[in-house]
Amino acid sequence: MAEIATNSRPEDGTRQGAGIRALLEEPSVARGVFWSLLGVAALLTVLRPWLPDGLVRIPEALLMPWRDWIDAAFDFVAFDLGLIHVTRFLSGILEFVLDAVANILYGRARWPRFEALPWTVVASVAAITGYALGGWRLSLLAGGTFVWAAVIGQWKWTMETMSVILVAAPLGFTIGLLIGIWCWKSKRVEETVKPLLLVLQVLPFFSYLLPAVIFFKVGPTAATVATVAYSLPPMILMTTLGLKKVSPEVVEAGKMAGCSRWQMLRYVYLPSARTEILVGLNQVIMLCLAMVVLTAAIGMPGLGAKLLEAMGSFKLGRSFEIGITIVLLAVVLDRLSKAWVVKQPEHFEKGTPWWKRNIFPIMGVAAFVILYLVARGVAEMDPMPFDEVSFPSWLVGIMDEVHRKESLSQGREFDASIKAFLSLDWVNAITYAIRYVVNVYFLIPTEKALLYLPTPAVIFVITAIAYRIGGVIPGILALIFFSIVAQLGYWDRAMLTLHSVFMATFIALLLGVPMAIYSVRKEKRAKFMILLCDTFQTFPSYVYLLPAVMLFGISPVTVIISILIYTMVPVIRYTVEGLRNVPPELTEAADMSGATRWQKLTKVQLPLALPTMAVGLNQALVFAFFMVIIAEFIGTRDLGQEMRRTLAGTNLGWNFVLGFSVVFMALTFDIAINAWAEKRRKLLGLD
Amino acid sequence: MTDAPVISCRNVWKLFGPNPKQYLAQMSPGRSYEDIRADGYIAGVKDVSLDVGRGEMLVIMGLSGSGKSTLVRCLSRLHDITGGAIEVEGQDIMALPEKELIELRRSKMGMVFQSFGLLPHRTVLENVAFPLEMRGQDRHTRRERALEVINLVGLDGREDYFPRELSGGQQQRVGIARSLAIEPDIWFLDEPFSALDPLIRREMQDEFLRLQEMLGKTIVFITHDFDEALRLADRIAIMKDGAVEQCDTPDKIVLDPQTPYVRKFTEEIEKARVVHANVLAGPVNGAVIEGEAIPGHMTIQQLARQLVNDPRDILPVADKSGKVTGVMPRQKALDILLGDAANG
Repeated sequence: MAEIATNSRPEDGTRQGAGIRALLEEPSVARGVFWSLLGVAALLTVLRPWLPDGLVRIPEALLMPWRDWIDAAFDFVAFDLGLIHVTRFLSGILEFVLDAVANILYGRARWPRFEALPWTVVASVAAITGYALGGWRLSLLAGGTFVWAAVIGQWKWTMETMSVILVAAPLGFTIGLLIGIWCWKSKRVEETVKPLLLVLQVLPFFSYLLPAVIFFKVGPTAATVATVAYSLPPMILMTTLGLKKVSPEVVEAGKMAGCSRWQMLRYVYLPSARTEILVGLNQVIMLCLAMVVLTAAIGMPGLGAKLLEAMGSFKLGRSFEIGITIVLLAVVLDRLSKAWVVKQPEHFEKGTPWWKRNIFPIMGVAAFVILYLVARGVAEMDPMPFDEVSFPSWLVGIMDEVHRKESLSQGREFDASIKAFLSLDWVNAITYAIRYVVNVYFLIPTEKALLYLPTPAVIFVITAIAYRIGGVIPGILALIFFSIVAQLGYWDRAMLTLHSVFMATFIALLLGVPMAIYSVRKEKRAKFMILLCDTFQTFPSYVYLLPAVMLFGISPVTVIISILIYTMVPVIRYTVEGLRNVPPELTEAADMSGATRWQKLTKVQLPLALPTMAVGLNQALVFAFFMVIIAEFIGTRDLGQEMRRTLAGTNLGWNFVLGFSVVFMALTFDIAINAWAEKRRKLLGLD
Repeated sequence: MTDAPVISCRNVWKLFGPNPKQYLAQMSPGRSYEDIRADGYIAGVKDVSLDVGRGEMLVIMGLSGSGKSTLVRCLSRLHDITGGAIEVEGQDIMALPEKELIELRRSKMGMVFQSFGLLPHRTVLENVAFPLEMRGQDRHTRRERALEVINLVGLDGREDYFPRELSGGQQQRVGIARSLAIEPDIWFLDEPFSALDPLIRREMQDEFLRLQEMLGKTIVFITHDFDEALRLADRIAIMKDGAVEQCDTPDKIVLDPQTPYVRKFTEEIEKARVVHANVLAGPVNGAVIEGEAIPGHMTIQQLARQLVNDPRDILPVADKSGKVTGVMPRQKALDILLGDAANG
């Protein structure tokens, strides 16, 4: 018993801390603290004209030289410790692999010199893979996408993008799997990695790019590294989750079969966690695609670069076509990998011949060889003067490569018709009106107000809100995090970023929640909505800029609209999900109590759906923080614009100061909302 | 049961909690399950001592949470015990290094699980061959042996199926086949039939008895179903709160429950179905043996018609070979059959 007594003694210390925490969580105290924080903020705002400058914004003199410190730290790690030599060496290997893949896909004129694969080969192998995994519909989708890319004249760009994905996705998968296994094996590693992943998930992608460029070479190499880093978190999380979920009896069965540790992992754990691991792979692929498109910013050629270029020169038709290719590619990759997740092995009847058991690989190889020979070999065996090409040899030629002149791209015509449509009086009137109203009555006043607020007032308000919804710890973290943001020295730009995020998310809620409520009235409609959201969610974020730019040109409204479209997806999705998962007994009980539809919605369904909706809101905010930085491509004046500038140089300190301004803001909301959702969930006894 | 026991437990403890070893070392003797829980520990297995003889089937019976699954996992060292000692074939298994433990499992132990524990990505054949693969047997021998046990459990023709393509009963047959593949000496079965519906359960019990007749393994069988225990067991150990309340033959458990808990369990049981004639028989002691002897290995219920109609007061009881081993007062048997006269 003595042991127990001594064991419990150190707890008394923490109990005191817990006592303070409990006191601060007391409803009456919480209310008091909340209102007094708001009161102080209001007072500061009212008194602003008479406040000393030091209370309005942190004076320059008091800002720490974060940039120099970070630079110094990086220089130390990179040059004094020699990390840069390691990474440069690795980038040599990576470049070789990338070149090899690029050669196969689109014939890059570098060693190892392969002839580029004819597009017909790629498309037919994709179609057969689609058929093997998900039947003829997936086959059509997969094959059709590549046919579209070739016929519309975007083959080379598509292959440039694909070549990075083909290298980055397996790399991200492997590294993520290994780290995931490590996290599962060691609690300490998991505890270290988890918060890091949280930061990585909200780190703006420009902050992935610059280190990648500095440590690895500009172009595809850096693009690959940034892409891999970006795709890691979900893979790690899914691997750990899957391994933890393996049924204990299966584990015991493995042990009783006399598995050694390696055999346990290889034959029992990993195969049993197959589903989660493959879901992780799906996420890796999707994030890779989203990221590769964005790496245009650091000189990565491909669909992203062309889209950026076309949008920059306002070639709407062309950019629309590229957008379609990107979207198709995303949907195909998503559906293929998801089909693989749900594909379960099935036995063959006894006596099935060998070729029948392996029909798909055989078909794949056959299509590969035949089409390759036809498109390549035959064409070369039968050289013809260019001007008198016969139909068969033209056909063979086009099976190899669709030349620019032969492509069916309608970019210019399309361009003209979109522009004609947009310049129609009524269309113009509508878009102008929206732009004017939103801008003048909504964006400009709120933006001015936010910039007018003294820094401490903003910090207090956010702290008060985080404390009120999330509890003591989220409140304290909000105070610390926003103080750091103020200290990092880009307060006004940070406020502009925050403003765009808030406005877009606010409108997304305003539009998305009613839409979700409407759609759950009928089961069929709800299912359709979920499918729609799932599909939209696979689109690389970059594509969302397109419709906004098309309709509203280059303006602050466009920025808000593009964030809005992107953030509406999680808002709708989670609201539908939350409402649909309200237990039917409860809605039936409400019906039997004689509740009207409105009463049922407000008194039963919404309160129960709120925790799930909060998760959606949280995701919407994270998405918004991501998108607002990307929206820099349209033109913004916030952190994103400044970050983009850092990419031109090698000023890592500058880049990171900006990046972490975003991270700390995003984390504040993430932590507070998640804490609230969890508390609420427990209170309601959900899951 | 003449030679040394195959499995022997002495004062086995398994505690769950923050620092079980230390707690057990300084714990005062005689603390109850509740006392231990108040100290922040759960007694999964509480001071258990029992032996399992060669070829014997010991059934461990108890409600959920009584520690029976924990106990069997201690016997196979899936759990490391907190105190006491477990010997398997004379070897202290807690002292075995990992390598030898793996070797022991690869050569001597088989286990069947409640929810089957099959590997979902492997076919029936590959699942059954799994333990053989782990010990490095070549593909051909593996396949041959696996097919042999698959035939034994009556799954021939299903070798290429995946677990999820089979019914629950069939899946458990795979589990049984897998546990038999390495020809284990000791067979652990953790509620093997609980997840099956009653009709299939009955069928599988018959199947299991047939296998046991054929193979004669040493068996530790876990169940929460008293009927199942009575049907299968040589001996039953009844557990409650981690401790063994009584470990005896079914007849003795029914006739002579040692604790109130066991009594409560046996109350509802129809004793005549359990009690065998030879258990009721006393020594001959010069009593006059007349007429034909009754077979001692049959239950009173099986003998009911004969017992009711027989005019003799004292009945000779014979063993399987026909040799008279004792005599049984008819009244004693009728009391069991019809209930005590005193109790109406």
